[in-house]
Amino acid sequence: MAVVTVERKPLTFLERTYLPNIAAGLATTFKRMVQPVETLEYPEQRPAIPAGYRGVPTLVYDPNGREKCVSCQLCEFVCPPKAIRITPGEIAHDDANAHVEKRPEEFKIDMLRCIYCGLCQEVCPEEAIWLQNQYSMTGYTREEMVNDKKRLYELGGTLPDTHFKWDKKKAAEEAAAHGGAHH
Amino acid sequence: MIAAPKPDLVTVNIDGVDIAVPKGTNVIEAAKQLQKDVPHYCYHPKLTVAGNCRMCMVEMGMPAVDPATKAPVMDAATGKQKINWIPRPQIGCGTTVAPGMHIKTSSPMVKDAREGVMEFLLVNHPLDCPICDQAGECKLQEQATGYGRGYSRFIEEKNVKPKRTQLGPRVTLDDERCILCSRCVRFSKEIAQDDVLGFVDRGSYSTLTCHPGKKLENNYSLNTVDICPVGALTSTDFRFKMRVWFLKQTNTIDIESSVGVNAMVWSREGVIYRLTPRRNDEVNDTWMADSGRLLYKQVAAADRLGAVAVNGAASSHDSAINAAAELLKAGSVALVGSGRASVEEQFLLKKLADQLGVNASLVARTAAGDKLLISADRNPNVRGALVTGLVSALPAAQLTQLAADIDAGKVKTVLSHGEDLVAAGLTAAQLAKVSIIYLGTHVNPTSAAAKVVVPTLHTFEKAGTFVNQQFRIQKFAAAVPGPQGASNDLMVLAKLLSALGAAAPASDVHGLWTTLAAAVPALATMLYKNIPETGLLLDATPWAGLPFVEGETLKFKPAAAA
Repeated sequence: MAVVTVERKPLTFLERTYLPNIAAGLATTFKRMVQPVETLEYPEQRPAIPAGYRGVPTLVYDPNGREKCVSCQLCEFVCPPKAIRITPGEIAHDDANAHVEKRPEEFKIDMLRCIYCGLCQEVCPEEAIWLQNQYSMTGYTREEMVNDKKRLYELGGTLPDTHFKWDKKKAAEEAAAHGGAHH
Repeated sequence: MIAAPKPDLVTVNIDGVDIAVPKGTNVIEAAKQLQKDVPHYCYHPKLTVAGNCRMCMVEMGMPAVDPATKAPVMDAATGKQKINWIPRPQIGCGTTVAPGMHIKTSSPMVKDAREGVMEFLLVNHPLDCPICDQAGECKLQEQATGYGRGYSRFIEEKNVKPKRTQLGPRVTLDDERCILCSRCVRFSKEIAQDDVLGFVDRGSYSTLTCHPGKKLENNYSLNTVDICPVGALTSTDFRFKMRVWFLKQTNTIDIESSVGVNAMVWSREGVIYRLTPRRNDEVNDTWMADSGRLLYKQVAAADRLGAVAVNGAASSHDSAINAAAELLKAGSVALVGSGRASVEEQFLLKKLADQLGVNASLVARTAAGDKLLISADRNPNVRGALVTGLVSALPAAQLTQLAADIDAGKVKTVLSHGEDLVAAGLTAAQLAKVSIIYLGTHVNPTSAAAKVVVPTLHTFEKAGTFVNQQFRIQKFAAAVPGPQGASNDLMVLAKLLSALGAAAPASDVHGLWTTLAAAVPALATMLYKNIPETGLLLDATPWAGLPFVEGETLKFKPAAAA
């Protein structure tokens, strides 16, 4: 390839004095001094999180207080960094949610492994796992960085539901038990 | 074109390919030989044909002949015999091949028919895959990807049926998921000979249930779970334990009896979750007894031996081997082998016996066989000991000779490979008179009394071979790693041999087999890696005269009593 030699232009007199650049810099500084503050005093001040933000994955209850996760383990399967670990379990026969049959006995998400990809939320057939607005996870030990089931529900809280799939199922079962149209 | 068919073969044309199949084959099996999948639910190769799911629809036609002259009607366009296609699809399972039959397994009409069947099957299906144990191995899920609609047109209320019925001690039924294929009904009637299941009510109210006052509690009930194409019948033991797609499948052999049922270990990260049968038409078809399936619980049992011990104190592996070798070198040794050990272990024990110049004995375990897949000999590998020459006669249940020798002071040291000597008829006083070297998996009175204890591996933790009642050598592979502290039996025996001054044999299965094949005449022509998954029959004539205890089972007839 041919080599083209470019001549460097010599600096003008004004440029050699640096004065125009100093003046321009000072102008920016003074302008900022009178403008409103744009930075936050983190961590005392926290930013507003936009809707749809993908923060720490959490487990949620439905509006009736039923834990939505049925431990199908699809999130555990899909999780690229294998951060999720579920111990499935059966719901006791005398439980109010016995008709759901299955729930997680233990649910652990290792936040040192989690990459916040959101695949767990996308794959969940029960809309039980949500990446919500919590973005800061800190801890002094590795164990602290593993969110267990209790912590996941604390973080997740309750989210609105549009399906109430299992409530409908229970209603159908009760209707059938009282001699409804379908058994 | 293929060559002219043999007399017992029938040539059919499936999707344009001619294939000769044995007379009596149905269309599903014939298509399978061409790697063409005909989806089905109710058909099972080892059960009678019910033909009630209607999923295996195919298009069928026969070569046209003139009704009057019986002369073939030729198609002018192709120059071949014209095919009279039946205008409606036929079921593949109930259609036996006939000469010249033409089949289409993937025509638009066939696809249409299957999509219709799928839609009707899913009308009342609860779609609770997230909580269904069958998810991942469900035929409905599989066929729905090929023939499903993707959404439901059914806006009416779905049927409600009983969801958590205990059919028996080991089987839970979810009637909403049932597609009424009747495989379980036919299995109970035809194979288990325990006719307890049936359908009640009609139409979409049809429900699978047990006959009044009966339970599905025979020892083969879990096979209904295996053959259930959907999640209706589930194993109570495996219920909600783990999703099947996480589980690794390892081929193994059932250790319950000398039938040698081919089985599969399903494990995840070193934990076994279930055992299921593996098809072997020469041994167990596709069945397995419930009692054999539960034996995986031995692996993670609380009483597993986990620490090498010498004189009751924890010890290193090498010093335990040295201590054992010192005891063996002192002489007056008796060896007790096991019919539960693999052929390779029995071979090394035989070498050990030769090195010490003693004979080994075995402990027999017998109980009544069930004429199906549990034989009277509850040791899986007594014949392996015969083949390797470890013993020359059939073992007895009690070690009376050993007991007498101990009492006479002829035996000072007993090496037991996994056999509990107390269960084999020795008293605690007799055990106290001798030094015991115990290589085994679980805690028992013998391990408690032993001078040297070396924990070893369970069958599901190691590779090896068993010789079953047919003298069929079958191999099994290691499914899970052993517990901490336990070492492979082959390694322990090989180290003992070299500590006694013998040439050290290979301590892995593949390496050992070259020695084994050279030393054992019956196995001379084979290697571990060459044994097919369905096993190899050995020549049993050298042992034909022995009074084996087995009676007739599913695929085995004992030699006529002399």
